[in-house]
This record gives sequence, C-alpha cells and structure tokens, in this order.
Amino acid sequence: MTATTLAKEAGSAPVASAGRARRTRRRGRIIAVLFVLPALLLLGALVVYPVVFSVGRSFFDASGTRFVGGDNYTEMFRDPATLKAIRNTTIWVVVAPALLTGLGLILAVLVEKVRWATAFKLLLFMPMAVSFLAAGIIFRLAYDEDPDKGVLNAAVVSVHDAFAGTSSYPTARAREGQGLIHGADGSYRTGTGVSPGDSVTLGLVGVLPKDLPAGAGPAYAAAGRSAAPDEVRGVVYLDFTPGGGGRQGEVDRRESGLPEMKVEAVRDGRTVASTTTASDGSFRFPGLASGAYTVELPESNFAPPYQGVSWLGRTLVTPAIIGAYLWIWTGFAMVLIGAGLSTLPRDALEAARMDGANEWQIFRRITVPLLAPVLTVVFVTLVINVMKVFDLVYIIAPGPVQEDATVLATQMWLVSFGGGNNQGLGSALGVLLLLLVIPAMVFNVRRFRRSQR
Amino acid sequence: MMRRTTLLTGCTALALALGATACGGGPVTPAGGGDKALAGQTVTVAGVWTGSEQKNFQKVLDAFSAKTGAKTQFVSTGDNVSTVVGSKIEGGNAPDVVMVPQVGVLQQFAQKGWLQPLSTTARQTIGADFASVWKNYGSVDGTLYGLYFKAAHKSTVWYSPDALAQAGVEPPKTYDEMLKAGHTVSDSGLAAFAVAGQDGWTLTDWFENIYLSQAGPEKYDALAAHKLKWTDASVVKALTTLGKLFKDKQLIAGGQKEALNTDFPGSVEKVFGPEPKAGMVYEGDFVAGVAHDQFGRTIGQDADFFAFPAVDGGSAPVVSGGDAAVVLKDGKNAKAGMKLLEYLATPEAAAVWAKAGGFLSPNKKLDLASYGDDVTRATAKSLVAAGDSVRFDMSDQAPAAFGGTKGAGEWKLLQDFLGDPSDPKATADRLEAAAAKAYQG
Repeated sequence: MTATTLAKEAGSAPVASAGRARRTRRRGRIIAVLFVLPALLLLGALVVYPVVFSVGRSFFDASGTRFVGGDNYTEMFRDPATLKAIRNTTIWVVVAPALLTGLGLILAVLVEKVRWATAFKLLLFMPMAVSFLAAGIIFRLAYDEDPDKGVLNAAVVSVHDAFAGTSSYPTARAREGQGLIHGADGSYRTGTGVSPGDSVTLGLVGVLPKDLPAGAGPAYAAAGRSAAPDEVRGVVYLDFTPGGGGRQGEVDRRESGLPEMKVEAVRDGRTVASTTTASDGSFRFPGLASGAYTVELPESNFAPPYQGVSWLGRTLVTPAIIGAYLWIWTGFAMVLIGAGLSTLPRDALEAARMDGANEWQIFRRITVPLLAPVLTVVFVTLVINVMKVFDLVYIIAPGPVQEDATVLATQMWLVSFGGGNNQGLGSALGVLLLLLVIPAMVFNVRRFRRSQR
Repeated sequence: MMRRTTLLTGCTALALALGATACGGGPVTPAGGGDKALAGQTVTVAGVWTGSEQKNFQKVLDAFSAKTGAKTQFVSTGDNVSTVVGSKIEGGNAPDVVMVPQVGVLQQFAQKGWLQPLSTTARQTIGADFASVWKNYGSVDGTLYGLYFKAAHKSTVWYSPDALAQAGVEPPKTYDEMLKAGHTVSDSGLAAFAVAGQDGWTLTDWFENIYLSQAGPEKYDALAAHKLKWTDASVVKALTTLGKLFKDKQLIAGGQKEALNTDFPGSVEKVFGPEPKAGMVYEGDFVAGVAHDQFGRTIGQDADFFAFPAVDGGSAPVVSGGDAAVVLKDGKNAKAGMKLLEYLATPEAAAVWAKAGGFLSPNKKLDLASYGDDVTRATAKSLVAAGDSVRFDMSDQAPAAFGGTKGAGEWKLLQDFLGDPSDPKATADRLEAAAAKAYQG
C-alpha cells in the first residue's frame, strides 16, 4: 500500500528527473521488502525450511548419517503397507469430500426451510467442537463388535433377532465319533437306519447347566423306556455330568434332557414326522410305517446367535472410519454452504418460481450452479483435510486391522516414530504426501486469486 | 545439519526435563532411626512406577531412610525411561538410581557409558542370593550393572476354579493335557481359553512359553538375539503347536474372529467377569490384579493359576520380566545410590514390598512367608525354583519395531497367524523378514 502511494506521488511530479524517480522507486522497494520480511522469515522458518529439510532427510538412512539416494523411495513402494496406505488414501479422497459436500448441500438447503433452522445448524455443527481423539474413542466403542458393548451392533442384532428369532441351543454340539453325523448345514442326524420299535439316545455337549431351559429334567428314566412296535422313541440329552465322571455316549443318572429340541424323522430324504422334545428330553414318533428312518436334529436348533456386522473387520474398517469423519465434518460443510446459500440472489429464485419451476428444478438448475464456487471451495478444502487424516484412523482401527486401515499420514508417523524409527523413510512418505496435496493447494490458490481480481 | 540436530535434541531434552521435574517430583522423605551413616544426603531414584507401585516402592525407600538416614526422592519417568533419563543426564540433573524396566534399556545405558559397575558388596549379594540368570541379564559385556529388584512371572495360566470343577478337570501338567482339559471344559458348555488377540503382546507371550519349553533355553536365547533365524524348524514347530490351540474353535472363546476382537482386560473379563464365557486365560501374574481390582474376585478362591505346562517333554517354561536398579555415574550422590542398591539387594528390602503386595522378588533368600497371599507366594516360589531356566520376555529384548509395536512386526504377524493358523511355515518366513529388517535398523 505504502509503496504504491509513494510511486504515484513520484509520478505526479512533472519536473522530477529520471534519477530521482528511480531512487524513490528503489526506496519504495526497500520499504516493501522490510514490511514483507517478518512474514517471509516466519514462512521460511515454519514452512520452507521444514519442507526442504524433509526432502533432504528422505535421502538419508534411518540413522541420518548415510546418504542412500533414492533407496527410501524404492523401499517405500516395495512395502505392501505403503501401497495399502496409498489405496486407502485414494478411497478417502474420492469418497469423503464428495459425500460431505453432497450431504452439506442437502442439509443446508433443507435446513433453510425449517422453522428451527439455527437450532438444527447448531446441533449439526456440534461434533466439530469434539476433538478428533474423543470422537475416535466414541466411535471405537460404537463400532465394537460385541453387541453388549457396541451400540451399532446392539441395534443391528436386536432388529435382526426381532425378525429371525434365536435358536435354543446355539452352543450345543455332538462329540465326534459317537454316532451322530454332523450335516454340512449344521444339523445332526443318526447314521444307522432306525426302524419302528427302536429307541435312540442322542447325546450332545457344550451347554452350560444355567443355559438349560427352565424345567429341564434328568433323561435317565426316559432313556430306559422301550418303544412300541410302530413307533420310534428316544431322548436328546446333555452327555455331560457336571463335575465330571459321566460315561461318554451313555445316559448317566445325573445327566439332563434337552427340552424344546426340534426332532425330525427322515425317510429317503423326506421328513415324515416332526416333534419337539419334552422336559426330560424325550420324544416319540408314533404310527410310523415300517422301514429305515434317520432321526435328525435340524439346524434351526443350533443356529449360532447373530453376531451383527463386523464394522472394524478388514473390509469395513475404512468405510466405518469415513463414517466417523462424516459425523464430525458434515456440520462444517453445511454451515459454509448455508452461508453461500444466504447470499444467493433471491430474485433469480423468485423468477424461476413465477415461471412455474418446481423445487427440484430450482435446486438443480439455479441453486447448485449459483453455489458452484462455494461448493468447490468446500470440496477442495475437504480434499486437503482428508489427505492428512490421522487421529481417527489411528484411534479407531484396532491393532489387527491397523494395516488394513492405514493411510499415508498414519503410515508416515508409524514408520518414523511408532516403532519403525526410520525417519528417512518417514520423510520420503511425507514428501509423497506433499506432492499429492500440492495440486489441490495450487488449485485453491489460483481460485482465490481469480476471485480477488 | 549436525549442529541443528544437536540444537533440536537439546531443546527436546530441555522440554522433557522441565516436564519431568514439574510433574514427577515425589515427596522428600525425612530421616529417622538407624545408624544415620548417610544423614544429610538425598538419593534420587527414577522409575516407571506410578500409583500403587510408586506408593509401595516408597515404603521400601522409607525403610532405607530409616536405616541409613539418607533422604530419598522418587521421580516417575512415565513409560519412556531412556528419553527422560537421557535428557536429565544432559541437563546435569541425573538421578542417582534408575529402575530400568527392560533388558534392552539396561544394555543401551551401559553402552552409552552412563552406568557405574556395581560395588563389591552388591556383586557378592547378587552372586550368592540370586540365580545366575539374573546376574547375566544385569550384566553387559561381563560387567555387572543391574540388580533385578522386582520381577514378573509370565508363565501362569489363570483359571476359574468353579469352571474347572464343573468340568471335572484338574490343572494340567503338559500342553497336550491342557488341550485335552480344554476340550472337556468346552464340553461342559464354557469355552476353554479366552485369548486376547487384539493385544499382540499376549500372543508373543503364548509363543515364547511354548518355544522356551519346546526348543529349550539355548535356542530361546539365540532366537532372542536373532542369532537364530525365525525360519528355523524349531520356530515352525512351536508355531504348529500354538496353531493346534488357535485353530480349534472349541478351545477359544468365540473362535478366532472374536479372539482378535478381544483385548487383554476383555480376556480377563471373559473368565473372571460377571458372565464367564471361558474357563482359562493365559497371561502373567498381573492377571490377578485385573481379576481382583476390576471384577472383585478373591485371588486363591475365585481365581487361581497353574504353571504354564511343559510342551513335548521339555521342562515347564518360566518366562519373566523385571525392573533392574542401576546406578548412574553422573548422579550427585552416586555413592549413597550404591548403598541404596546394596540395600535393595537384601531380602529385608524385598520383604517390605512383598508385604504390600503386587510384587515378586527373584531373591532366593527372601522368606516366602513375607508374601501377603498364597497365590503370590506360589508364583514367587515357582519363579525362584525355576532358577537359571528363567528367561526374559523375548519380545521385550527385540527392537521395538519387531517386538513392541501395535499393528506391526511380531504382534501383527502373530495376530494374522491367530486369524489363519493353517501355514506356520509362511508365518515363520514373514517373521524372519520383519525381524531381519528391525534388527538391522
């Protein structure tokens, strides 16, 4: 500012010699440099020097004393963890900013139309006030796979169980080599042909005494009864004497029957009779035609409880963390876009309405195109932000899947400080990250310049 | 570049030193009783302990003060002992005695020339009252620098006596018996083991116990120093043995997938929590602490342990850890510090903390009656009885990149192995590749 004023004054004096004008201009330039100097120094010390240092450091080995040329860079691309980090960062950059901008736009437009707009905005903006660390810990808990701990799986499991129901003996199984054949679908059936007049004992294990249905009684008496000539009868019992000592494969006195177990008589692959065991585990199929049958305990008795979704498993961990990121940043996108929205020329919208455009058309043809500059700014800012995401990934991903969730920023930290202690390789990763961010930066700066002109 | 690095390190050191002094200054203990030979001197001790451990160690220091008249001051360093102590030495404010928690740190200190060799008295006590393995772990290149004051026992399998009684099994003596007992427990309706797969270090401890028993102490030492490659047949065999347990759905609570989602406190909860899901959990003596403090179990009654059983005819393994006391050359009262160390070597000092609980001493002369409860007494007995066959936790001896980093190295590879134990050979190959990289760096 000062420089321009001085230059103008110099130019306005018609009698001034060329030499004087030059001197004044030089003085002006010196003053300008003096004014810029503090900023330049700060920028140099805080930005340029570290960048140059990192680039230099990336050509040295872990100890920092031996020059290794491009070895860190080749090593970087040979390491499968880095490749995963690049892949994940790409997923983040492609998915998160677009989703956020879209969500922010939709919310901003909708919030404008409700009565309690400010309250809504405040509510949606609130996660921004939560630190990434705290948000990470919250989501780590929310995503926990154990339905007793993770709220998301608790919801998923209760919805699922409301429709599908649960089996009564999820943990029960037969000992191997004791007559029961384990079907591929999870059912158990007798191997030998059973004919009317036979009685069978089906021994299972793996049920805690406290998990038995109320009223379950000893199976010993029922196992002793013999079958009428036209019926097949038997017991399904828990082949385990509490405290040990029972004989395997035989119904001991203290062994309990397994009530409410579905039993089927199968002949030639067709279920001909089906029943449920009584409280002592006994069952009978009366009135069977003679022939060879198989007694089967269908799979529905044993279906394992639904475990919910493995949010933090290998496949879902990155989408899950992006979800947490959305929770934090949606408010930001919405508020920025909302600000842009409030400056839109109302007359254009009014005109469109007068011409009979519906709300969707207005949104598509007028709001979005007019908002495009704001949307771009939000989008690019988010791209840069997403590139350096670290805390959420580091906190939410459990140890076993950390490598599957890793992004460039976490990888850089892990390699340099988190055990790897190879700051040379870490610097190389930092340089890679820098190269990836630069295009977005340049784009933003150029846009900024254009809008100033 | 070199100068700038020094400047940077100096700044970090200064910041750390300031931080440490600001938050770590313990109370200065007044003198009282005893012969007062060291009256007027203050011994500064640095260590990782906080909370109840710090409180109990303070009792030991108080006893020392009462005896000698020296004042003592304990400074808690937090987890990173070597950084804090390094910066204190550079800042001219070195503590006199440091309790180092790992063999690797002790070696690092000795190589930097920070440590004073132990006095003749201390050497003699250690030679007479400690198994020579502790002397070896306290020595670097033949010179004795460290006294192992506190030890941990990492070869204990904890179980719920109710669950084992329900299944009618006795604590097993061999690994195969343990798997068989596990199957019986599983028949009774409870899973056999809770495995904390989400915390990689528990898996390395599993492996180390099996390897120490199966391959023997010599190979264990060689592997710990990476003189033996991880591709060695003995490693593959140990992994296969471990895989027998890992791949058996009936033995692991919730199967492999759930094990990988269980952290260490979670695994203790599965056995000793309000809703038991498994009968046994393997980890060190500190399981008792979690079972008691978090889940209100009475140790010895609702929670007990058996020694990690012998594998394939080997002797039962005793994997251990511990904190060694060392004297720094740069300490202001290094001489009084050495006296403290001599005191710590006596059974008298160990008895003070043993009474307070949460402590095991490798000192043979310590009367087992000093321990507060039967279970601790049994762990201490097993540790002392193991004598020279005790081995330090292998992953603690390895570079952090291999043996101590979440999501990398041995932790991660054993987690992968827990997820898919079908190919021990491939896992051994990957372990070797990771180890080669970490040991060379």
